[in-house]
Amino acid sequence: MFDIESPEMLVKVLEKHAYLADDGLATACFLALRMGRPLFLEGEAGVGKTELAKTIATVLDAPLIRLQCYEGLDAAQALYDWDFPRQLLHLKAAEAAGIHDAARLEGELYDRRYLIARPLLRAVETQPSVLLVDEVDRADDEFEAFLLEVLSDFQISIPELGTIRAERPPVVVITSNRTREVHDALKRRCLYHWLEHPSFEREVAILRKRLPECSETLAAQVARAAGRLREADLVKPPGIAETIDWTDALLTLGARDLDPGLAAATLGAVLKYREDQEAVLKNGLLNHA
Amino acid sequence: MPDPASPAPADPGRERPGRPVTPPAGADGAGAGARVPGWSAPIPGYALPPGLATAVGTAADPRPVDERLLSVMTGFARTLRAAGVAADRERTQNLIQALAELDVARPMDVYWAGRFTLCSGPDDLPRYDRCFAAYFNGERAAPGRSRTVVTVTRHLVSLDEDDEAGEESDGEATPMTASRIEVLRHRDVARMTDAERDEVHRMLALLEPERRQRVSRRFAPAHRGRLDNRRTIRETLRRGGETARLRYRTHRTRPRRVVLLIDVSGSMSPYADTLLRFAHALVRREPRATEVFTVGTRLTRVTGELRHRDPGTAMREVSAAIPDWSGGTRLGDELKEFLAAGSGARGAIVVIASDGWERGDPSQLGRQMARLSRLAARVVWVNPHKGSAGYQPLTGGMQAALPHIDDFVAGHSLAAFEELAVLLSARLPGPRRTASR
Repeated sequence: MFDIESPEMLVKVLEKHAYLADDGLATACFLALRMGRPLFLEGEAGVGKTELAKTIATVLDAPLIRLQCYEGLDAAQALYDWDFPRQLLHLKAAEAAGIHDAARLEGELYDRRYLIARPLLRAVETQPSVLLVDEVDRADDEFEAFLLEVLSDFQISIPELGTIRAERPPVVVITSNRTREVHDALKRRCLYHWLEHPSFEREVAILRKRLPECSETLAAQVARAAGRLREADLVKPPGIAETIDWTDALLTLGARDLDPGLAAATLGAVLKYREDQEAVLKNGLLNHA
Repeated sequence: MPDPASPAPADPGRERPGRPVTPPAGADGAGAGARVPGWSAPIPGYALPPGLATAVGTAADPRPVDERLLSVMTGFARTLRAAGVAADRERTQNLIQALAELDVARPMDVYWAGRFTLCSGPDDLPRYDRCFAAYFNGERAAPGRSRTVVTVTRHLVSLDEDDEAGEESDGEATPMTASRIEVLRHRDVARMTDAERDEVHRMLALLEPERRQRVSRRFAPAHRGRLDNRRTIRETLRRGGETARLRYRTHRTRPRRVVLLIDVSGSMSPYADTLLRFAHALVRREPRATEVFTVGTRLTRVTGELRHRDPGTAMREVSAAIPDWSGGTRLGDELKEFLAAGSGARGAIVVIASDGWERGDPSQLGRQMARLSRLAARVVWVNPHKGSAGYQPLTGGMQAALPHIDDFVAGHSLAAFEELAVLLSARLPGPRRTASR
């Protein structure tokens, strides 16, 4: 099915697509692909959880189907919905044509073409595909129950139509920012991985990979500053996503290295809380970059 | 179970929640900052039983699962369970499946496969690392069932009266008269005898605190409210296009989450037991919408322990889980940790039970309280000393926190707890944040 033989090979393939995975993450992905299990990723915001799903989709050359979770997300938005206005139109048209055969009408009304596929159904129908269930902790716990149902056997029962089953389960990546404890039954179905902030060397490598015009010196300076920011007492320490944005901002301003003036001017790209910006400027954390 | 002398399972320890740690010592990769273990970095003493390395086939060359591997991994899972990681049978099967895809001879493959399949949160990771190091270090459990002897140090007053003496004395104990309960109701629990406190705890166990509701985004059918297009059209379809009846829907309600932070430092020790029992009553009533943490020198999540229905069992578990009984309080730092973990202050009613004797920097507490008040739906501060006459909130911590509190209540007697329960219930208390702001 996949020509990826080992986690080491997966590291190389992901790297080709500008995603630098460490050994743990690569092993997790490898197992998820081989075992057909969902990958449950937790970690600080901005450590590359969503990005991983996107990269896997590119690697497999499969469409990425994204389900962004929020409180109140329900079956009609996650699974499927009937297109009622069109059904009604069909009914009126049939009436005008003088068709009164109730059984036939009903069969026509609940046809696949009047079914609107939402992300979960779309992932079951599309093969191959990568399903990203993003920030599952934002959805409420009822939603987890039916997510679990879909992820257990990758089939969806539609009373009016029958059961739709995936011949080949999609690759599923579930991310959580841990604002709420996700139900154990769901986690048990998955391979659990906690993502850390990257090490200094890895962060430099990621910056260089993502922004080829970035010099080794600048990347090292930014990564060192980011490391210091993460150790400082901040409301929201920057993730790798923020460091990439920051470097991009610096490059846009033509920076060759991280001087305090430019760093302060672009601070909004890396720190998103006023308290944090004030604390960093006051303590001169950027000065010895 | 491994040898009781082995450090890991006998002393599961408690790590700060939300703080994952690095993999086991020796597995660490090169250099400072490189916290990711290398592929073949050896774990000291890692040894599989002879012959096991070839027991599991690869995907290309599948072999039936070896009995010995099964027993080694089940033993590992049992060690983890003893240390508090929920490594159940299904998870162990997942591990065996995962190992079939990897190389058992390579320690790091086993390490990762176990971590992905047996752990379910960052709290589990430090325990997992300790167990992994201990278990694969030759101190392996003999396959077969054995029981761990867990020594539980009791810190609470009158803990075991509940199940041991409780049953015997129940028959003899003279039933409390209503007037006697009425007297007890307003007495400070710190000045009670053990028997009186037990009585108050029995009353607390009977408490069924209602929970304030919040409006959910979801809808339920209703007689009035907004028009329910979906159901109306469905009804119309059923009647062949004739709109016979309009259907309505309205937003559902769900219990609002309550997060309790209970100070278990030395100065709060006369009240900690009673506060935890109150927390138990809250958890029992709304297990999915209540979170309980203890604070002292470190933040400990005890919601899981409090889910036991029996108060005595729950209290024993909590007692064993809390590492920092009767220490000092660094509330500001712990509040920061709580907020950083994203543990769900957002939209919740946050109840802090503390006397405000802050060991740390009061300005840190003030900053964190400001953040908390912006995130939480309501901030309630329970201070047992508020019940005594002439109390003034003069401690540095209390002063820093006061501007960010919605409700400042006492928590020293049964009556005070009942009032607190009402505060958390559907009946809305006065306007939000009257103190200042």
